[in-house]
Amino acid sequence: MSRTKLVLTGNYASAYAVLHSKVEIVPAYPITPQTTIVEKIDEFIETGMLDATMVRVESEHSAMAVAIGASAVGVRTYTATSSHGLLYMYENLWWAANARLPIVATFVTRTLGPPWNIWSDHQDFMTLRDSGWILFMVKDAQEAYDLTIQAFKIAENPDVRLPVGIAYDAFVISHTAEPVELLTQEEADKFLPSPRAIQPLLDVDKPYSIGNLPRADYHYILRKNLWENILDAKKAIREVGREYGELSGRDYSSLVEEYKCEDADTVFISMGAMAGEGMDAVDKLRDKGYKVGHLTIRTYRPFPDHEIKTIAENAKRLIVFSRALSNGKGGILYDDIASTLYREGQRIETYDIIAGLAGTEVSEEDFMKIYYDTRSGKLDTGKSIFIRRGEYV
Amino acid sequence: MYRPKIVENLGEDEWIYAGHPACHGCGAALGLRHLLKTIGKKSILVVPAGCTSIIAGTMNAATFNIPFIHTAFGAAAAVASGVAEALSKKGMDDINVVVWAGDGGTYDIGLASLSGAAERGHNILFVLDDNEAYMNTGIQRSGGTPRGAWTTTTITGKKEEKKDIMKIVLSHHVPYAATASVAYPLDFNRKVKKALGIKGFKFIHLMAPCPPGWRFETHMTIEIARRAVLSGAWILMEYENGRLRLNPPSSNMLDKRRISLEEYLMMQGRFKHVKRELLEELKRDVELRWSEIKEILEKQGKQ
Ligand SMILES: Cc1ncc(C[n+]2csc(CCOP(=O)(O)OP(=O)(O)O)c2C)c(N)n1
Ligand code: SF4
Ligand SMILES: [Mg+2]
Repeated sequence: MSRTKLVLTGNYASAYAVLHSKVEIVPAYPITPQTTIVEKIDEFIETGMLDATMVRVESEHSAMAVAIGASAVGVRTYTATSSHGLLYMYENLWWAANARLPIVATFVTRTLGPPWNIWSDHQDFMTLRDSGWILFMVKDAQEAYDLTIQAFKIAENPDVRLPVGIAYDAFVISHTAEPVELLTQEEADKFLPSPRAIQPLLDVDKPYSIGNLPRADYHYILRKNLWENILDAKKAIREVGREYGELSGRDYSSLVEEYKCEDADTVFISMGAMAGEGMDAVDKLRDKGYKVGHLTIRTYRPFPDHEIKTIAENAKRLIVFSRALSNGKGGILYDDIASTLYREGQRIETYDIIAGLAGTEVSEEDFMKIYYDTRSGKLDTGKSIFIRRGEYV
Repeated sequence: MYRPKIVENLGEDEWIYAGHPACHGCGAALGLRHLLKTIGKKSILVVPAGCTSIIAGTMNAATFNIPFIHTAFGAAAAVASGVAEALSKKGMDDINVVVWAGDGGTYDIGLASLSGAAERGHNILFVLDDNEAYMNTGIQRSGGTPRGAWTTTTITGKKEEKKDIMKIVLSHHVPYAATASVAYPLDFNRKVKKALGIKGFKFIHLMAPCPPGWRFETHMTIEIARRAVLSGAWILMEYENGRLRLNPPSSNMLDKRRISLEEYLMMQGRFKHVKRELLEELKRDVELRWSEIKEILEKQGKQ
């Protein structure tokens, strides 16, 4: 059988990845803009294409709880949510990570209310930053498909055993259709391990108690283990990404995507859909003779410290676009980058740009304007700079 | 050799080790012991936050000898739903999935997940371990605390009536729902067995007195649990496919052959402050429940 190329939204691309990964249990609760993922999976199940059980739960808290129960028995488990749904799930998201359950989830990023707002920013996603989930943010439907399949292989790796989240922007990616090349089912079957290789926590032949009270000293070590394992997961992410590249021709062996960074003196850093605009801006600026590049953070946790360090060795100016804000502090992605630089002893010019909050568009003109204004010294490196549709606010 | 009836019925195997950290006289610990004897080792126990999170022991001194999973406070029925569906996917439908949740984890924070699981009809037995307050956090009132009871958040006695959880569960058209008491382990054992033989969502509401929370001496647990039943404050019954049947001794108490409510309440410090007027009200609450039961039975009789 040869591969097919379909025109798919990000959400449908995720659903196809779930189909090809032969997921076994899908607990889910609807929220815009996640709904079409679950509807499509439901269609796959009801038309007999996917032999999975859909558990149509009464809340997101229960969606993740069902996922926890199912994954603890050792079946391949997937769910998806957004925004208020993610926050409603929150306690169990941490539970899944600390229980070391290889659940895979899609997080379609959406602004938190009030006021109600269905458009994208990354504030919901960023609440998972410290949770122990391996977190990807993708910039198009193809990546959503590719990384969702890889996610199962990473999560279920016995040396990793952590939940994996794939995030992308509401509508711009979730509901925008683009050509997506799919693996054949045979290729996906060969690429992924059997879900029966997932070690169950609940096994009547080996009766363990899962989650009993610890001694604090021992619990500290459990926490340390998770930290080590999520850092080590970089290896698994790179290996799985390379293997997937050999299979599909689309390589994911790097945690980041560099665009014209080799000789760049200024590098934009962003993640998600706006990376596309960032790269367009790079092309325009390059046309004008400026040495500019763009770095897309695709693997957000574990954080690509090494890749940032390498970029900072060659560039003299980093402009970080954050689509989520730590209120009372600054751009969240900026803080991540700044702390990496500080640890590495790299003192270069960095800018904290807050863009795209509440679903406002970020355009290539925004990137270009910021670039010019940093060059002319108009912007302050010590401050969070808010730009909305080409205007400082 | 003489074997007491309880040993005859529940067997000698223990699935809960001695030396666990429950308080002396803990009704829940007793209920767990009897529950586990009945469900046996081909079972998975799912437990939300509450006293049983502690009773389960520590990570290197586990209390239970069957697979056991702790869950977030409001999540037990949902986690169990996932366990049951996953077992089914693996072709292991013969394993019992049993939730053991406190009144807080059932009446209050766990109500939505209970309702969801019951409505979806997963193959689960949900046992409500009712000690009528949040004991693990230090005796705060719950939706299952009875009117008049002292707790640390109702120091002059709870003003509201105990929520009727049975009615809530029955409204989900579950195939089996019953009450039980730690004072009647054979009745509990029979009900658990019966529930496990039925596919779908089953519910058993077990009354399990708590010495520190109810303020009584640790050797009185069974006596108090028994008096709850004999006074008519706690009614042993079961609903099979929505059809009600009373169980002994409650089945003999329709015509008010009961001990007085005082004989149950006044053994407990939590009701010490109850004066005549409130006592009369509490008695009326009990009578109301019995007249409801009577009405249901009469209606059924006519069908
Ligand atoms: C989300 C959340 N809120 C609050 C708590 C604190 N908490 C733990 S156990 C408990 C009370 C449990 O009461 P109940 O369910 O009646 O069980 P019992 O302790 O009486 O056995 C509370 C409030 C928690 N663990 N999780
Ligand atoms: S507080 Fe009550 S329910 Fe909790 S362990 Fe002690 S006796 Fe048992
Ligand atoms: Mg309680």
